[in-house]
Amino acid sequence: MEHAVAIDNLTKDFGSFRAVDHVSLEVERGEIFGFLGANGAGKTTTIRMLCGLLLPTSGSGTVNGFDIRRENEAIKRSIGYMSQKFSLYTDMTGRENLVFYGSVYRLGRRALEDRIAEIESHLELSPFIDRLTGSIPVGWRQRIALAAALLHRPRILFLDEPTAGVDPVFRRRFWDTLYGLADDGTTLFVTTHYMDEAEYCRRISVMHDGRIIEIGEPQTLIRKYDQTDLQETFIHLITSVDQT
Amino acid sequence: MSKVRFIIAKEFRHILRDPKSLAVAIAMPLLMTLLYGYAVNLDTKNIKLAVVDEDKTAYSRALVNSFYQSGYFIPSRSAPRLSDLEAVLRAGHAHAVLVLRRGFSEAVRTQEPFQVGLIVDGSDANRAAAATNYSNVLLFDFIRRNTSTQTLRPRVWISPRVLYNPDLRSPDFFVPGLIAIILMMISALLTSITIVREKETGTMEQLMTAPVTPREIIAGKVIPYIGIAFLDGLLVILFAVFHFRVPFEGSYLLLALFGAIYVTAALSIGVLVSTLVRNQLAAMMTTLMVTVMPSVMLSGFIFEIKNMPLPLQYLSMIIPARHFIVILRGVMLKGVGAPAVWHQTLALVLLTAVLLGIAAKRFKLRLG
Repeated sequence: MEHAVAIDNLTKDFGSFRAVDHVSLEVERGEIFGFLGANGAGKTTTIRMLCGLLLPTSGSGTVNGFDIRRENEAIKRSIGYMSQKFSLYTDMTGRENLVFYGSVYRLGRRALEDRIAEIESHLELSPFIDRLTGSIPVGWRQRIALAAALLHRPRILFLDEPTAGVDPVFRRRFWDTLYGLADDGTTLFVTTHYMDEAEYCRRISVMHDGRIIEIGEPQTLIRKYDQTDLQETFIHLITSVDQT
Repeated sequence: MSKVRFIIAKEFRHILRDPKSLAVAIAMPLLMTLLYGYAVNLDTKNIKLAVVDEDKTAYSRALVNSFYQSGYFIPSRSAPRLSDLEAVLRAGHAHAVLVLRRGFSEAVRTQEPFQVGLIVDGSDANRAAAATNYSNVLLFDFIRRNTSTQTLRPRVWISPRVLYNPDLRSPDFFVPGLIAIILMMISALLTSITIVREKETGTMEQLMTAPVTPREIIAGKVIPYIGIAFLDGLLVILFAVFHFRVPFEGSYLLLALFGAIYVTAALSIGVLVSTLVRNQLAAMMTTLMVTVMPSVMLSGFIFEIKNMPLPLQYLSMIIPARHFIVILRGVMLKGVGAPAVWHQTLALVLLTAVLLGIAAKRFKLRLG
């Protein structure tokens, strides 16, 4: 079966600084993949290369079967992207934001209205969708940003710290939504610093200084390193690499 | 390209929801017009003087020599025809024409009343006023040196006729320059700020992951500001014509066409700046520095380019405002058409093409 994401020795240099160093991994369709690592490990740079925002220095890869070097326009149509930054227009309402992003994907007016109505009820956005996004709580903003990323029914969703700064109740609801998406066949590629969220992932990778130092199922990794939970496993992995 | 339409609509929404910025964009040009409208007088040298000498005597030649040796006047490249003295002014070959009719030397000797003609291009009020004053002084001095009687009121005098801006009023001189500076500043400033704002908030990155090309994004974001720039230009012209009574002799359509080229250059500078800086404050400072400073100092808006050191004169060639101001003064005050300013038009088109090309190249698809 074709992988949702397959990258081979992906490398990115910024001048003399190597942000991503020969990263290889494969993500299966419908999988929730946790892409973990400390700040500055190279996670965001990797995601940007996968989304067609950055050209790799070397290495190759495909997203939804499209080549990340040559077919980035096709990739853009088939993925959704939600960044750690809040990426909606704060002087526009949630609905106006959705209409704008929807028209950029050329959804057509009727289809777009139907799709917004569908997402509005599915993500329960009604109380806040018609308010300026600059004036609503962070958790709701993130839900509307998620809605914007889902409008065109992407087959893969890249989420770069989607729940940063969101309270636990909202995080739980957000992840319930993500599970629903995965059940429907959407592949989720998620970075997070919350280890409880990482445990929701089918597989995780741990990145450090631009390299992937471990990859596998959360429970398998905890047992392999003889730790009590994922948080300890993560800290153990990062510190043991630093010592060597 | 219909995606551009959605981006334009969104940009207008941003503009209308930020009434304070919009008010600044409209009030500032009017305020500047008001301030500069009542502005200063400045000294001038190297006034290009053409001469029609019908007298053809040693006296007349000596007078012309004294004009050129004064340092204030330099010879014009072309000689005017008597039938059309204005032609050299319209073409910009001379700033003033001295007309010595037959009988000049006779009148100097015999102290008979006699008028020396001086036709002055008044579209540059400073230079025109200087030309008239210097001529009077030089002629007075010439007569005192060449007659025995030390009269205080010689009966040979300059009879100046100022064309295009007969009252030598400052606003006529400043307003075209002001339009050039305002268009440059507003267009470049608003463009660089709006693009950098999207970079700063992260919406640019979000937009880049959607299937839109950088060209569509830039076109959509920039087009609304062409509208605002034109609105500003029109307001300043109306204000100048009705409040300061600045004449408007030429074609509005022609001016709009030149304006469109010029504004494109300004917007390209704005886009260019937006690719170089990371936040809105830096965008604002950088844009002001690269637009307002050169457009005020090196465009001939206030300071005569001919009086500048040679390197600065060459540098001024790449300032779009320099060329646009000549065009504006020509079209507004003299009512000339495109052929009269084809030098400037060519320079402006070239500069715009180069700026647009660099801006388009710099604003690449991938953020890295």
